[in-house]
Amino acid sequence: MKHIISALVENKPGVLAHVAGMFAARAFNIDSLVVGRTEDPQLSRMTIVVVGDDRVLEQVRKQLARIVPVVKVQDFVGKPVVARDLMLIAISAPPEKRSEILSLVEMFKGKVVDIGQKFVMVEISGPEAKIEAFINVCKPYGIKSVARTGTIAMPRYGKIEP
Amino acid sequence: MSARGVCQERKKEMKSKSRKSADSAGKSNIKSGAQIVVDTLIEQGVDTMFGYTGGVVLPLFDKLYDAPINFIVPRHEQGGCHMADGYARASGKVGVVLATSGPGACNLVTGLATANMDSVPLVALTGQVRTELIGNDAFQEADTTGITRPVTKYNCIVKDVKDLARTIREAFHIASTGRPGPVLIDIPVDVAVNKHNTDGPKDMQLPGYRVRNQGHSKQISTAAKAINKSKQPVLYVGGGVITSNAGKELRELAEKAHLPVTMTLLGLGSYDQRKPESLDMLGMHGSAYANYAVQECDLLIAVGARFDDRVTGKVETFAPNAKIIHIDIDPSSISKNVVVDIPVVGDAKVILGELLKEVEHHERKKWFKKIAEWKEKFAFRYDQKSTTIKPQFVIEEICRQTKNGAIVTTGVGQNQMWAAQFYKFIKPRQFISSGGLGTMGFGLPAAIGAQIAKPDMTVVDIDGDHSFNMTMTELSTAVEHKLPIKVCILNNGYMGMVRQWQELFYGKRYSKSYLSNPDYATVARALGAVGITVDKKADVSKAVKQMLAEKMPCVVDFRVESEENVWPMVPAGKSIDEMSGLDILERLI
Ligand SMILES: Cc1ncc(C[n+]2csc(CCOP(=O)(O)OP(=O)(O)O)c2C)c(N)n1
Ligand SMILES: [Mg+2]
Repeated sequence: MKHIISALVENKPGVLAHVAGMFAARAFNIDSLVVGRTEDPQLSRMTIVVVGDDRVLEQVRKQLARIVPVVKVQDFVGKPVVARDLMLIAISAPPEKRSEILSLVEMFKGKVVDIGQKFVMVEISGPEAKIEAFINVCKPYGIKSVARTGTIAMPRYGKIEP
Repeated sequence: MSARGVCQERKKEMKSKSRKSADSAGKSNIKSGAQIVVDTLIEQGVDTMFGYTGGVVLPLFDKLYDAPINFIVPRHEQGGCHMADGYARASGKVGVVLATSGPGACNLVTGLATANMDSVPLVALTGQVRTELIGNDAFQEADTTGITRPVTKYNCIVKDVKDLARTIREAFHIASTGRPGPVLIDIPVDVAVNKHNTDGPKDMQLPGYRVRNQGHSKQISTAAKAINKSKQPVLYVGGGVITSNAGKELRELAEKAHLPVTMTLLGLGSYDQRKPESLDMLGMHGSAYANYAVQECDLLIAVGARFDDRVTGKVETFAPNAKIIHIDIDPSSISKNVVVDIPVVGDAKVILGELLKEVEHHERKKWFKKIAEWKEKFAFRYDQKSTTIKPQFVIEEICRQTKNGAIVTTGVGQNQMWAAQFYKFIKPRQFISSGGLGTMGFGLPAAIGAQIAKPDMTVVDIDGDHSFNMTMTELSTAVEHKLPIKVCILNNGYMGMVRQWQELFYGKRYSKSYLSNPDYATVARALGAVGITVDKKADVSKAVKQMLAEKMPCVVDFRVESEENVWPMVPAGKSIDEMSGLDILERLI
């Protein structure tokens, strides 16, 4: 099962290496790992998507918490969260296919951010499943390249998805 | 001069030095990084350290020249790190080791990994090239924090002299609290030279580091109830009991509730092995009676132990009928290898103390009777009538003549297992061995560190010939400091443990497990130590006696039976009650 782990870490050099090294050394599988600043300049947030059963995840949480500069670890599994992935995707778009592609972009609430002679680049964000679905519908046109951020997430404060 | 005498002389010498450096410190609080390092070490109570010099640590060594610190220089940094480790295990204090950048730091790696696996508190300081050269493949540059990250509890590089004192304080705190471990601090040479005003707060900044010593009181009560209800309990204790100085609480608990006690390799010494409750060591080369008791118990009380694969054998069938209580300070140890029923996170000393208040005395006559029968039937045995020198006989003789009271360090292999089986320990911190990593070459430098920590105790390194080969250069260090350590080489001419596996599982094809050895007594004498060779069984006792009387380092080369095996043995992948060699033990009754 996929778990989204959120770790607050000290904003210090070497912390990413600590965390990534621990995952490699203990043979845990990382799906994605995102690091970014937070509201507090002393702290960064790592959002890590890990696949494993409950026992593996218990170890992941404990081993993360054991790393000295890791301040707090949360596992969002089973909790209401907002989880988002951001993707830039360059799609092969000869003039006769363009309008078709643009309507797909619209359907997925994406944004065209660059147009060249042969390709359009689209920015799209959302839950992972939506991103995957968009990649699938683009495949027939030909995908030149994809860049994704990996998942970031936050627990919901309210109950309703707006 | 005795080790004690040497140390006292050195202390006098240091006192006069200390006056001098105190004077110079009094003048101004603007200090170089190097001075800050030395002053902070002293503030942390360091009076002994180990280390080796080099280009980028010259500023540090210059300040150490005047410092009231007994500084031991090994012949190889790995040796220095094992010495600091032996010092820490024998004394309970933090061991400190210093090395230069690049090759010096790289040579620490095995020692750090050894300490990390066995939760030994160390602080390692390494020099680094100038800050602006880092990343340029400068002369003697190595990515020390990168290399040592997986083998330390924590490490970091200090790039600003104003962070130096705080970082060192944090290092001592992290190394010595919670589940202890080695902490490395990398110090670029310019940081050691730069000056900084040290007035100011002495705080630590460790928002991510918390230690839970107190156990959850409800969990403790649940555990106590389980103990009171149990008909066939077993206490399974590891190195954590020794680390937390919980020997007294363990003894009181075992006596009050009447519980049999088995120990891991690192747990040896935590319970007096001469007592009827002692089941001695469990696991791969543990006693049959400990392994049977664990497999038949209805309650397993694990304290400061981590269900290592050398202990559990096949995990799925480990302690199949037991409810499991696990007391450990490291939450990540709990339910890592074996899922437990009653976890209690906290310090062993505190929690055993709490348990003690709630447990009741039960005779458990039937259980103890069964245990006594197993102990009788499956005692560790060897062929006493043999005309050759049996390694087990040598260890029994050492145990007898040191009255169970020596500090024993070991190499790795058969020598280590026989030391664990045949020396009966009575007190914590008596047995010092590389358990988790199994580092050959640990025995001699660890003995040096232990002797420096405990000048009045007898320190015996029970070593293997090939383990000794790895770090025997440190004999020079022992001679230099006139340490009366005893090195007993159980010289079977083989990498015996490897040979045993090849005999049992590879059709006696002794591939590369045999090397020619030097004449150890001659080597010892060449390095200034006492050297004795024993090749007759009749001479063993006399040689041990002489060795114990020597005031200088003494190496005894016992030419033991070359193809003796360690029994019992749980083959890899088997349950711990599926031991080989029991027939051999029974035949020897
Ligand atoms: C540094 C290191 N290298 C290799 C090993 C693998 N190993 C384990 S036991 C052993 C043989 C040890 O031989 P010796 O020291 O003579 O001890 P004996 O088993 O003969 O008592 C070897 C090679 C190890 N544990 N440590
Ligand atoms: Mg050998």
